[in-house]
Amino acid sequence: MTGLMLEGILLTIITAATPLLFASIGELVTERSGVLNLGVEGMMAMGAVIGFAVAHSTGNIALGVVGAILAGMAMAALFGVVTLIFVANQVASGLALTLFGLGLSGLIGDAFVGVPGAGLARVSIPGLSDLPVVGLLFRLDPLTYLAVAITIAVSWFLFRMRGGLVLRAVGDSHVSAHALGYSVIRVRFMAVLFGGACSGLAGAYLSLVYTPQWTQAMTAGRGWIALALVVFGTWLPGRVAIGALLFGGVSILQLHAQALGVGVPSQFLSALPYLTTVIVLVIISRNRALVRANTPAALGQSFVPDR
Amino acid sequence: MRVELVRRGERSAAMAYLSPLLALLLTLIGGALIVIVWRLSTVDLSNPASGGFFGALQQGFVDYGRFLYVFFIEPLTELWSLEELVAKATPIILVAIGLSLCYLSNTWNIGAEGQIAVGAITGSFLPIFFPDWHGPFMLPAMLVLGMLGGMAYAAIPALLKIRFGTNEILTSLMLVYVAQLFLDYLARGPWRNPEGHNFPDSRAFDGGQVLPTLFDTNIRISLIFVFIAAFAAWFLMRWTKMGFQIKVLGQAPRAGAFAGFSQNRMVLLTFLISGALAGLAGICEVAGPVGQLRTSVSPGYGFTAIIVAFLGRLNPIGAIFAGFLLALSYLGGEGAQIALGMSDQTTRVFQGMLLFFVLACDSFIFYRLQIVRTPTLQTGTVTS
Repeated sequence: MTGLMLEGILLTIITAATPLLFASIGELVTERSGVLNLGVEGMMAMGAVIGFAVAHSTGNIALGVVGAILAGMAMAALFGVVTLIFVANQVASGLALTLFGLGLSGLIGDAFVGVPGAGLARVSIPGLSDLPVVGLLFRLDPLTYLAVAITIAVSWFLFRMRGGLVLRAVGDSHVSAHALGYSVIRVRFMAVLFGGACSGLAGAYLSLVYTPQWTQAMTAGRGWIALALVVFGTWLPGRVAIGALLFGGVSILQLHAQALGVGVPSQFLSALPYLTTVIVLVIISRNRALVRANTPAALGQSFVPDR
Repeated sequence: MRVELVRRGERSAAMAYLSPLLALLLTLIGGALIVIVWRLSTVDLSNPASGGFFGALQQGFVDYGRFLYVFFIEPLTELWSLEELVAKATPIILVAIGLSLCYLSNTWNIGAEGQIAVGAITGSFLPIFFPDWHGPFMLPAMLVLGMLGGMAYAAIPALLKIRFGTNEILTSLMLVYVAQLFLDYLARGPWRNPEGHNFPDSRAFDGGQVLPTLFDTNIRISLIFVFIAAFAAWFLMRWTKMGFQIKVLGQAPRAGAFAGFSQNRMVLLTFLISGALAGLAGICEVAGPVGQLRTSVSPGYGFTAIIVAFLGRLNPIGAIFAGFLLALSYLGGEGAQIALGMSDQTTRVFQGMLLFFVLACDSFIFYRLQIVRTPTLQTGTVTS
């Protein structure tokens, strides 16, 4: 009995962690190329609403997911044009992307408020899903598998492939990378687009799997938590994944605590994920050597090729 | 042939003024696209009565005309809506002036929305616990408490940044959610009006606990605070050494460090100033148009102020003009909701677009576009 309940909690933790993992892995790649995109929240919101709208009007969830990816990429492209081509301030542009995305998603989603959505069915991997303890890891929804696959692929790409080396070079010293003949802007634009696609996926996960419906501002700060996770994970995919699970855990446990009524006002419990973010950021930042080792050196700096 | 961005010999003063206007124009074009697409999406194109695609398109243009009218003109045609405009512009400008100083020094306080909430809370402490106090010192005490609350809350990300090197963007934003939840808790829980029929509001402030109005209108004296703050900020930046330090540390941190200016001190200082102004805006809302502590005291003024700061060229006087424009977008959004049935989110779309375009247009202050004719060599080769 308690085993079942524990399994249920573990499952919900994984579902809460998945959107964070998507968004933070995407942002990790973007930041590794030297671009700080603070618009994750806006891209996620757009992914969520477009994913829901497409899935609802076509009846096909896979199409919804594709739509969400494209929506995230479109938003990211907007950011890319403004910051990479028009060399605008990345912090301010990211904020603009968030405000714009939250607004536009609200405008588009107006027609879908209160419309019930179809959730994504879980997929059991035959053979593995019947294992006693780890079996639940093989009875998840396909998007969670995708998130894990993307995390592994990104880790492999960044540290085992030539393209990843180029991407990191661009993020660490755009001047040197440019001098070596790499197109800094092109590499960064692609990294930004990848980040947008992942944020779109994160949004789709929220509106199609986590809570299959559309509500305004349903991202609830998860885009910002994803940004914090990248710092928490010191720009390493494995650590980011651990961080996503940790935050998924905090947000689920506080929900369970609210349901049980532990005598603490619900608002305090709701504030826990945000407070945890602050505390975790402080703990990580204290160890400056740890952070500095992997921080892209050119993070947030604009680049204009010297012609 | 391709178009390249080339650095200007020196900063273009003309573009610095033209850029916000250009951005506004582009936003209007973007707005047209959104209204027309929205109209097309609401029309059933297969229904012959709708006039097909072109009929809907035409309707979209008509709608856009009406949209422009209700968004930009109608709020200016009546006294009550002008008063409303001032009421909305006041907190936005107050916050934006503080944020301008922050951003000038390259410090990123984006948590003003939370500092507004905390200012509202600390300022409301007196009228909630001492409802009978109405003396001449009551209101000033409330305002000071509000400012102190905003300051204290803004000090958290600043001190974390100084002491531990924590990213102030993320911490200041996270603290927004925390402050809003705490406000929600107070308004529903301990600070709720016991005689309020279970509504999640505090008791209504009255008499000496609310900001007096000016000249028989609904405009409150907080408008004067805006002008005082703008003048003080302008004076600080123009005539004091501290203003010089803010500018140097913002534009050339290394030069500032060599000159012996303390980056840490400036982070704390700009956060404290912007926090105090946000707190003031918060208590002015509660002791003004809102009149009581509620679960939410600001419809995103703290975020709108970020846009206002940039649109106003990070200049306190510019913030006044930009603040009125963005306040108009709140009224316009409400108008578009009533007249056209669009979502109230139109305001945010407009604001986000405007900030995007301002930032993009700002690059023309330092750069200009140049058309480069590439010889028939392969493209992408590095010339010179």
